[in-house]
Amino acid sequence: MFELLGIPPQALFGQLLLGLINGAFYAMLSLGLAVIFGLLNVINFTHGAQYMMGAFGAWMLLNYLGIPFWGALVLSPLVVAVIGMVIERTLLRRLYHLDHLYGLLLTFGLALIIEGLFRRQYGSSGLPYDNPLPGGTNLGFMFLPNYRGFVVVASLVVCLATWYVIERTKLGSYLRAATERPDLVQAFGIDVPRMITLTYGFGVGLAALAGVLAAPAYQVSPTMGSNLIIIVFAVVVIGGMGSIMGAIVTGFGLGVIEGLTKVFYPEASSTVIFVIMAIVLMVKPAGLFGTAK
Amino acid sequence: MRLAAIFLAASCLAGAGAAYAADPIPVKIGVLNDQSSLYADLGGQGSVWAAKKAIEDFGAAAKGLKVDVIFADHQNKADVGTSVARQWYDVDGVDAIVDTPNSGVALAVSGVTKEKNKVFINSGAATSDLTGKACTPNTVHWTYDTWALANGTGKAIVKTGGNTWFFLTADYAFGHALERDTEAVVVANGGKVLGKVRVPLNNADFSSFLLQAQSSKAKIIGLANAGGDTINSIKQAAEYGIVAGGQNLAGLLIFLTDVHSLGLKTAQGLNLTAAWYWDQTDANRKFADEFAKANGGKRPTMVQAGVYSGVLHYLKAVEALKSAKDGAAVVAEMKKIPTDDPLFGKGEVRADGRHIHPMYLYQVKTPAESKGPWDYYTLKATIPANEAFRPLSESDCPLVKKG
Amino acid sequence: MSTSPTTAAPPAATVRTPRTGMLALFGIAAVAVMLVAPFGVYPVFLMKVMCFALFACAFNLLLGYTGLLSFGHAMFFGGAAYICAHTIKVLGFSPEIGILAGVAFAAFLGLLAGLLAIRRQGIYFAMVTLALAQMFFFFCLQAPFTGGEDGLQGVPRRPLFGLIDISKDINLYYVVLAIFVFGFLVIYRTIHSPFGHVLKAIRENEPRAISLGYRANQYKLLAFVLSAALTGLAGSTKVLVFQLASLTDVAWQMSGEVVLMTLVGGMGTILGPIVGAAIIVTMQNYLAGLGEWVLVIQGVIFVAAVSLFRRGIVGEIIAIVSYYRSGKQQP
Repeated sequence: MFELLGIPPQALFGQLLLGLINGAFYAMLSLGLAVIFGLLNVINFTHGAQYMMGAFGAWMLLNYLGIPFWGALVLSPLVVAVIGMVIERTLLRRLYHLDHLYGLLLTFGLALIIEGLFRRQYGSSGLPYDNPLPGGTNLGFMFLPNYRGFVVVASLVVCLATWYVIERTKLGSYLRAATERPDLVQAFGIDVPRMITLTYGFGVGLAALAGVLAAPAYQVSPTMGSNLIIIVFAVVVIGGMGSIMGAIVTGFGLGVIEGLTKVFYPEASSTVIFVIMAIVLMVKPAGLFGTAK
Repeated sequence: MRLAAIFLAASCLAGAGAAYAADPIPVKIGVLNDQSSLYADLGGQGSVWAAKKAIEDFGAAAKGLKVDVIFADHQNKADVGTSVARQWYDVDGVDAIVDTPNSGVALAVSGVTKEKNKVFINSGAATSDLTGKACTPNTVHWTYDTWALANGTGKAIVKTGGNTWFFLTADYAFGHALERDTEAVVVANGGKVLGKVRVPLNNADFSSFLLQAQSSKAKIIGLANAGGDTINSIKQAAEYGIVAGGQNLAGLLIFLTDVHSLGLKTAQGLNLTAAWYWDQTDANRKFADEFAKANGGKRPTMVQAGVYSGVLHYLKAVEALKSAKDGAAVVAEMKKIPTDDPLFGKGEVRADGRHIHPMYLYQVKTPAESKGPWDYYTLKATIPANEAFRPLSESDCPLVKKG
Repeated sequence: MSTSPTTAAPPAATVRTPRTGMLALFGIAAVAVMLVAPFGVYPVFLMKVMCFALFACAFNLLLGYTGLLSFGHAMFFGGAAYICAHTIKVLGFSPEIGILAGVAFAAFLGLLAGLLAIRRQGIYFAMVTLALAQMFFFFCLQAPFTGGEDGLQGVPRRPLFGLIDISKDINLYYVVLAIFVFGFLVIYRTIHSPFGHVLKAIRENEPRAISLGYRANQYKLLAFVLSAALTGLAGSTKVLVFQLASLTDVAWQMSGEVVLMTLVGGMGTILGPIVGAAIIVTMQNYLAGLGEWVLVIQGVIFVAAVSLFRRGIVGEIIAIVSYYRSGKQQP
């Protein structure tokens, strides 16, 4: 592995960019998780399955209804979000007064059900989804597929917009207030339960959007989410549970770190995030951007 | 006394109006494979169907054999696999276990099979250890192994000019074995390995590794991985313009279902080695048509075909011995009689338990060449049976006495 | 002879004695059933159930009685399994020494992990243990002695203490039963000792326990190490049963599985984890023919357990019984 230490700087530059692209997926997924945890206090283990549903949604829209990628980009997250809201209304809602543990276990069970059903229906080896933006640009130091460039930009826009809405707008201030003191906010005449439902739907929608974005790049398969979810958890914990900015910055940052590990010590690239998580939790238990409670 | 009992039994049978001259020989076959995850598509229920089909085609009932088939999911866990195997042998009276992809599970089941003196006919697993250092007198490895894949793909590609390689290796024993065997073949044929990268299992994003492969300037990028990892690396190689840039991919273990799941647009041009392809002979096509009818239009993989062929040969041995109870004896009989069936043709089962047959080098068709769904491969070369598998002289199987 | 409810004093002593007596009786009956069970049920299956039951009981000691959710217990289970398998197969240890080596390793690993993890609370505790377990998984994947994803296979069943021939399933069954009963009694004693009461106090209200002068962290650490060691005992025993150790034992799904067992059976109840383990293992064994549906069924059980019977099966039964006993005063 050490002969790679001497790789030329432009190749390193390429790897950094790739890390950023992967970070885009982490950022969108951890953002959704962070929003849900921040407002519902639920650790949404179904997130990976919802990401997978987003990708399958895109596939189904294309193959059953003939709706291309750009339409699926909007429709699939909407559908998954609605399913998410139904889950929130019927199952999750009963658990808010209990320990975090129960929310985690319930969503874990849901993830198993969803994954099992998709495997049953579509098999396990996955389905193809064509790249909507074939071709690429030669940046000099690397060949950047157009689609990957689009993913980074799209995800940055979505992440920043979410951050802006939650931290800088009136709606966001209601949301944040409802997290702290739901009873008070309710007393001001705001429908907190509905707000929570919509927030869950939004978080889930973000996961599904990431799924649609992933469909052309990765294989659309029932296991695509469960392979990712544990890593995304780690990202959220490192960023600080419930911290919006933390999730975004950590998502991109860890993508880059993982990318570099893939060059210097590829065998460890799936573990490096956990090493960082353990260190961060030791030094700063609330996460890099979290506030200690 | 005993004589009387036999007479009694015989008269009972006669009284019951049994048409058979003797009691049918009971045989129970257990299909143990992955029914739910990674390898469910290439084996799964299709293998169960293939086993049943083999029994039907053999005409078991007419030949005085009463054959039952049961199946279970080993979930790719060695402990689940062994506990099912033990229970089948101890409680359910299973005489032979077939299929069993996943090298770890296969090695475990092979051990149990030897301990219980039953029969294990493996079609789905890749590890050449099954007939190498872990070989047993109770195990037959039917369809393919890492050595055969490495040999077929590696040799053919080096010979056609692909003499510089870069390996993308799944970081676990199977990937390492595949890489090691292929590297040996490449070097032996005058090729050179420029670099390799070990990728964690179930890694979704290969772009970083592909970029490393790209900058190595190797002519061939060898994919020493399987399943979803192979699919994702091929898919992303297309995205990064690897093939358009003049480099070629060599998938070392690719199943028909993988190509189906990739789509021809992405998979075209890929070289691969396989033991069997459905569209190669009339007999294969006939089998495939019946398979498709029973399995929602899918075509059989080489693993499923291997299950069919292996079960057929097993039943021949049982018929010859008139009993399925002594596993080692059945396997010895399987080694004694030459193999001959519509799908794999004539061949033999070697002393180390290796089924010997030709292997084939295929290239994946372009979308324009393909005439319809599942029409995926063009035959490029046939590797004759005597070259396809690891020669006994190199074998580290304890059953093989070296002169 | 009739006694009015008001004169049933002193309550603590009289209620306690018959209950302990009943429990002992129940225990003896259960052991008696287990002694003859292998003649009716397949012994390897029963041994598997006992290994996982012990695993779940050890886990429950931490979750149910100390209030710590570890999401990394697979590292103790699988770690001990690897050490036990390696010492027996490669170093030629006898089974009892191999098991001891596995337990010692698990305890040591538990000490290390515990020192790092107990400084954190709640969900962060779970995450630290998960992170450590993932690192350990990576170690096992890379270390040459574990045999990668093939695992360590064909671990021999040598005679126990040089005397007992455990190559026969039925003999091994009684050895496993003895180990299980031993582990169970250790857990039972721990829970009902002063130490166990301090643990429960910490679970209920940690600041209060600290203000009473208990060094909560030391108690938690000790509980963690004990739980890890017993988990190691379960993992090592499993090696003897299946004659192999594999990556499955250290993967995070295994950590999730033990949570499921404990939850379904009833966390914080002494028998709950055993019932939970029996149900889950039975399902995995007998539903193996259902393929993908196993996953779905497991998920449904998870959801049902969390939504409908949160106390777990045993927990709900206890709640119903005590409801009728207490004259239907509490729900």
